[in-house]
Amino acid sequence: MSRKPLVRECPPTTWYFRQPRYLRYMSREITSIFVGAYCVLLVVGLQRLAAGPAAWEGFLLALRSPASIVFQFLCLIAAVYHAATWFNATQKAMPLQIGEDFVPGNVISGAHYAVWILLSLVVMFFAGVF
Amino acid sequence: MAKSHKPVVWFPFAAGGTVIAFCIPVIVLLTFLAALGHVPAGLSYEKLHAFAAGGIGKLVLFGVIALSAWSSAHRLRCTCYDFGLRADTLVATVLYVAAIVGSIAAALFLLRI
Repeated sequence: MSRKPLVRECPPTTWYFRQPRYLRYMSREITSIFVGAYCVLLVVGLQRLAAGPAAWEGFLLALRSPASIVFQFLCLIAAVYHAATWFNATQKAMPLQIGEDFVPGNVISGAHYAVWILLSLVVMFFAGVF
Repeated sequence: MAKSHKPVVWFPFAAGGTVIAFCIPVIVLLTFLAALGHVPAGLSYEKLHAFAAGGIGKLVLFGVIALSAWSSAHRLRCTCYDFGLRADTLVATVLYVAAIVGSIAAALFLLRI
């Protein structure tokens, strides 16, 4: 007599609705779509920059279309969400031990946030935002 | 010891994740400001062209774009699988080729500046 085989049911396209943490995982995964698409925009921008001043002005003008504004707004949210979840994960991914003790996790993540904000401010300063 | 090609994929992925986290939000913010009509001075043709003309500028721009492209390609591959698209070899080939082509294109455009 054979036992009933174990069948683990896992719907391949809807599994992440089962648990909030799966949904959070997937919402983070989705940010890669926007980052990937934004990379295409950056490469196109480089091509326009290499093509001369008129082409670059045209690119800047094209950025101002409503579709582009919506797209970049979504990219901004996705990029910030990716950054925040990445920095939150650093304390698990790179635990730091000094002597006997481990450095508290929120110190590690906090240091990443601090460097991130500082770097962003420096880039904005050199880009002439303020 | 067993040899694996995974580190080759994994290293740019991890480096790209870090680069995306630290650099992409502020870059998006700059182009978003330009999209809203407040073009930052650094995005004017003269300033940006001068930055991209230098060796360090070229290296920074290429590093950010190539690593971000490779990392998001790898993550998109996982995302496709998670959404139930199980043709992994096809998805991986298309996305990695796209990332490599994008990186080479970025390098060629940078060399023209």
